[in-house]
Formats: sequence, structure tokens, C-alpha cells
Amino acid sequence: MSVKELHKATQSQEYFVNMGPQHPSTHGVLRLLLTLDGETITKVEPHLGYIHRSIEKMCEKDSYQQIVHLTDRMDYLSCHMNNEAVCLAVEKGLELEVSDRVKVIRTIMSELTRLSSHQLWWGVMGMDLGAITSFLYGFRDREMITDIFEETCGARLTMNYNVPGGVMFDIPANFQTKVKEFITHFRKKLPEYDQLMTNNIIFRNRTEGIGILTKEDAISFGVTGPSGRASGWSNDIRKSHSYSAYDRVDFKEIIRTEGDSFARYKARIDEMWESMNIIEQLIDNVPEGSCREKTKAVIKLPKMEIYQSVETARGELGVYINSDGKKNPYRVKFRSPGFSNLNALNTMAKGGKIADLVTIMSTIDLVIPDIDR
Amino acid sequence: MKFDIYDFSVLTASIHQLLGEMMGETAVMITEMVIVGIVFLTLFAILGLALVYAERKVCAFFQQRLGPMRVGFWGTAQTVADAIKLLLKEPLMTKSADKFLFNLAPFIIIVASFMAIAAVPFALGLQAIDLDIGVFYVTAVSSIGVAGILIAGWASNNKYSLIGAMRSGAQIVSYELSVGLSLLTIVVLTGSLQFSEIIESQREGWWIFRGHIPAFIAFVIYLIAGTAETNRGPFDLAEAESELTAGFHTEYSGMKFAFFFLAEFVNMFIIAAIGATMFLGGWMPLHFGGFTAFNEVMDFIPPIFWFLGKTAFLIFMMMWFKWTFPRLRIDQLLTLEWKYLLPINLINILIMAFIVLMGWYF
Repeated sequence: MSVKELHKATQSQEYFVNMGPQHPSTHGVLRLLLTLDGETITKVEPHLGYIHRSIEKMCEKDSYQQIVHLTDRMDYLSCHMNNEAVCLAVEKGLELEVSDRVKVIRTIMSELTRLSSHQLWWGVMGMDLGAITSFLYGFRDREMITDIFEETCGARLTMNYNVPGGVMFDIPANFQTKVKEFITHFRKKLPEYDQLMTNNIIFRNRTEGIGILTKEDAISFGVTGPSGRASGWSNDIRKSHSYSAYDRVDFKEIIRTEGDSFARYKARIDEMWESMNIIEQLIDNVPEGSCREKTKAVIKLPKMEIYQSVETARGELGVYINSDGKKNPYRVKFRSPGFSNLNALNTMAKGGKIADLVTIMSTIDLVIPDIDR
Repeated sequence: MKFDIYDFSVLTASIHQLLGEMMGETAVMITEMVIVGIVFLTLFAILGLALVYAERKVCAFFQQRLGPMRVGFWGTAQTVADAIKLLLKEPLMTKSADKFLFNLAPFIIIVASFMAIAAVPFALGLQAIDLDIGVFYVTAVSSIGVAGILIAGWASNNKYSLIGAMRSGAQIVSYELSVGLSLLTIVVLTGSLQFSEIIESQREGWWIFRGHIPAFIAFVIYLIAGTAETNRGPFDLAEAESELTAGFHTEYSGMKFAFFFLAEFVNMFIIAAIGATMFLGGWMPLHFGGFTAFNEVMDFIPPIFWFLGKTAFLIFMMMWFKWTFPRLRIDQLLTLEWKYLLPINLINILIMAFIVLMGWYF
């Protein structure tokens, strides 16, 4: 056997592993086709469609009020922001100006949703890395927010609190005290998150320098939200295309330049602090006014195209409505943040180990129904 | 039959005498072996049930919840119910699995921990065999278990299982070195591999106190490497449920899965027991040389409770690790062993040898 033949014979062989659709760390029914060389990943190919419910097609049959309910089922962890996006788009089409009270309520609820989403993400991220305790810590604090949601609109997860023209009901009398209670509680508990995970040496080793996404790649893949901002790309819709009451609050856009998993992790943790800041600024000055503008029972938009984007917990959610003047839209398209963020997975995970892939998937915070719709 | 809780050799001697009156020498030996076997089988079952319950409760309290509460008082019968469930489950096997090896693997693992527990000294006179190479025997026998894991991963014909098994192989072979070397540090102090002598040498004080800093370093390394050897978190890469679903035992169900599960907990007990014996004096009560009154008060507590208490403490430490730390990555795991623990250990042994040579220990 010549040296060349020997070299060829001892070369390692690539093999395929189907990660999912039923797998604990894909957070839903996502199938990843991994090409592995030993434990090193040479290619990741996401296969979608396992939870496709054709929400966009269903929207074409529904009235504008009904569309709002469907958006809950996309990114269920930022359901309030999804609702808000559709409502803002419809209000834009109707040229309807909602009251200040609605704007402030929507902003507070959005930030609470963001907090609850990030808390759940933090818990699940710990579990993906093998520290199961964090999962229950995250849920402990999230429970308080879901309780507030339940008192406000009756639902804990799929809220449907927004309607075109305002919010469904006014906030309950003890809303402000409850939110303030939560903020004081969580300001004490968030440093606990750092103690358990952020400052842990194993955690640092698992995340620092793992899954680096450059700023150029982030822009070309359209990776938005905390994942994109961790790569140094300023893309916060709340800042650049301010909506609701975000223009009247003072908050920082969290931007980090490292672009690795730890930067994405830290960006979300810092965002939780910022969300609490925003809520604190607004909670004591909820203006008086009506909580819902009168709209017609059957909303008809004029023949037009509308695009409205909001910043969900995962990034930019865009709603495109093409109306032909009827009571239901001609075409609705959602630009979901999860779908674009997932596309960068191969770039980030290539060359890493299987364990790194799990870390990266956690740090881009995938919600599969958001990707498939 | 005579019984003395402070010295179990009274009990064993009287059983031996009783049997000797009834039958011949060979028959006595065989009967005694059977008795020991039955005792260990029972011990396995009790250990499994108790440790699983303890783990669930400890984990629950770390996570601010209550854990099992419904079955029995404070959920004490929960593990019994689980064991019955596992017994009644259908043993599934994939079509393309290697039938013989697939069935063999759980037994190899359980036999390995069976053999290791035989050398554990539970109390004065309560030890199945007091080998003169006890420490060596335990380290040698406990490493057979990795063969079972490798076979399980290979025979399942599942890629996740195989990756888990290969990880486990690399991990256990590496960390065995550290376990062995940290135990050797104490062997250098005692000059004996026999467990009874090692315990006897700690009558004046446990080695962790008397052996200066090197003994403490060895203890810490032993805890880390021991946790790694039992495949428990943060070193549970072999199962790594978020990466490999369940690793090497993905395809196992029913009682065969229960064997893997049981072996994990018994191995944890063995690691803790050996650690307690080598570093914390085994069943020897807390003694300080010179304080006679204090030593006599401590002697009042029976040795078996000392042993169980120390073991429980070490087991609690290992559970604490698991429910606090994230999991390491495979390359970080091997780096930790080969680049940090092993060199530190080797230097540590040299320092210890020097200390013993100069007679600097207490």
C-alpha cells in the first residue's frame, strides 16, 4: 500500500445525523440534517415544514380583526408584539390615531412580553447547556408576568389583547402595583441569573468564541434582534422606526461587537435590564383616555400596500398587507425574525462540535412556529 | 447469634460458627458466599431506591420545588412505583441491533459495580473481602464498566448511542488516571493498599486533615475525577440529553434501562464510599490525637453511621455539582484532564512523597 493509499484509507468518513424533528434541543419540530466528521460539524441543513399551518394563506380568508388572533400562534413567546404589529398596520391603513393611553399600555405590555420571553429563553438555554436548575429559576420569575397577563386579559400565553384601534379591555385597577412589585422582585433576582450562569467558568468556556457571526454576515443574512445586535449591527426597530410610546422613553440599544454566543447571551440579559427601565418610566404616567377607538364592525382597508415592523423578542417582525379594498386582505406576508436568524446557523456552526451547535441554537433563540408559520 | 453494633466481626464470626456446626467446610464457604451475594443484591435494590429518591428531592430543593410528594409519605414510595413500572415495561429492541451484545451490555455494567462494592468497608468487620490490594482492585474493577457502555453504544446501531459511547470511552479512560493517582497520594501516606489498614492508620485523625495541602488537593481532584467517572453532570456527556437525546442508552427500555440507571447510582455510592474511606477515615470516628475525652464521645456513635454519614455527604456534593453546573464540551473535558488535573496530580504525588520522606505530616 502506498503512502497515498494509506492516507486515504485512514481518512475519517463523513456521516449524517438527523437532529430532530423530535429532539430535546431543537425546541420544537425542527429537523437539522447534520454532516459530521467525528464530532465536528461540517454542514448544517435545516429542514422546515413540520409545523407549517399556512397562517399567511388563512389570513386571506379572515377579517382584519381575526388576523390578530392568528399571529399569536406564530412566535407565541412574543404574542403581544405580533398582535401589535398587525394592529399598527391596520391602524396605519385606516389612518386611525390611537390614544396615548393605548400607546403606553401597549408599550408596557410589549416590554413585559419581552421580559417573559427572555426569562424563558434564559432557562431553556441553561437546560441546553446541561444546567437544568436555571430552567426552573426562569419559570419562577416568568410566572409573575403571566399572572399579570392573566389578570389583564384573561390569557397567559396567547393573549389577543390588542385589537385594531386599541386594546380589548382597560388595565385592571391593581395593574400598576403588580407590575411595580414584579420589577422590584426581578431587579433582585436578575443578578441571581448572573451568579448561576453568566459567571460560571464552564458556561463561559461553552459560549465565549463559539458560533461567531460577523457584522457583514449578520446584515447579509438579516439576523435581527439581540442576535444581530450582538454582532455590532444596530437594528433596533424601537429606535430606528419608533412606534407606540417608544419615542417618549429613554433607553439604550444594547450593542455588542464580539458576535459570539456569549455576546448574544449577554445582549439578552442586558435587554432585560433595559426593558425594566422602560416599564419603570411608563408605569407611573399612564395617561388618561379611552382604551379603544371605535372602529367599524367590518374593517375595509382601501386599495393599498402597508408594511409595518415591530421589534419582537427575537428581532424584526414585519407585516406586509396588500389590500384590494375588500374586507379581507389580498395577501399577507410576515417577515418573521426566526426564519432569517435560522439561516445563519450553518455559517455559525460550521467547524464546531455538536455541543456548540446546541449552544448556538439556544443563543439565536429559535421558536419553531415562528419559522414555519 | 451475638451482635455488636460497634464491631460486626462478632456477628460474622458467630454466623460462621453456627454454619460450621451444621455442615462441612466447603459447604460453609459456599453458603457464606450465597449469603453475601443476597445481602449485596438487597443492598443494590435499597441503594437504588434510596439514592434515586434522594436525588429527586435534592434536585427539587435546589430548584425551589418539592419533588415527588404524592406516592407515600413525602413521596417516599415514588421510586418503588417507578421500579415496578420499569419492571412491567416491554423491553424493546431495534431491528438492526446486535442482539447478543445489546442484551449483554447492561449486565457488564451492573457486574462491574457489583464487583467494586465487594471491597467497600462499611464498618468494622463489615466488608465482603478485605483484599491486601483493595485500592488497586477497586480501580481496576470499576473500569470494566466502560466496556459495557461501549458495547451498549455499538450494539444499539444508533448514531447518537455510538457518539455517546465514544465520548464515554474517552472520558472514563482519561479520568481513571486522575482517580488512581489521587488515591495513590493517600497510599503513599499509609504505605498500604489494604482498606482495613488505611482506615486503621486514620485513628489519630483523617488524612484530609493530617496530610497537609497535598491531601486536600488530592481530595478535590478525586471528587472531580470521580464525578466524571460516574458519567454524572457536569460530565454527563455520554448521555447529554440536549445533544444526544439519551446517549448510549437511547435504545434501551424497561429493566435493561433500569440496570444502567441503577449502575449509575451505585457507582456514585462506590465513588463516595471509597473517597470517604481514603480521605475521611471510612468508618473511623472523628478523632484528634491527644483529645481523649473528645475521641471517646465520638467513639460512642457506631462506625456504620460514621461511614454512611460521610458517604452521604460526598454523594450530596456530587448531586450539588450536577444541579448547579452546565455540561462541559468533550474537548474541554479532555483538556481539563490531560492539561490540568494530571500534571497537578503528578506534582502533588511528588510533594506528598517528599512530605512522607521528611515525616512532616501530623
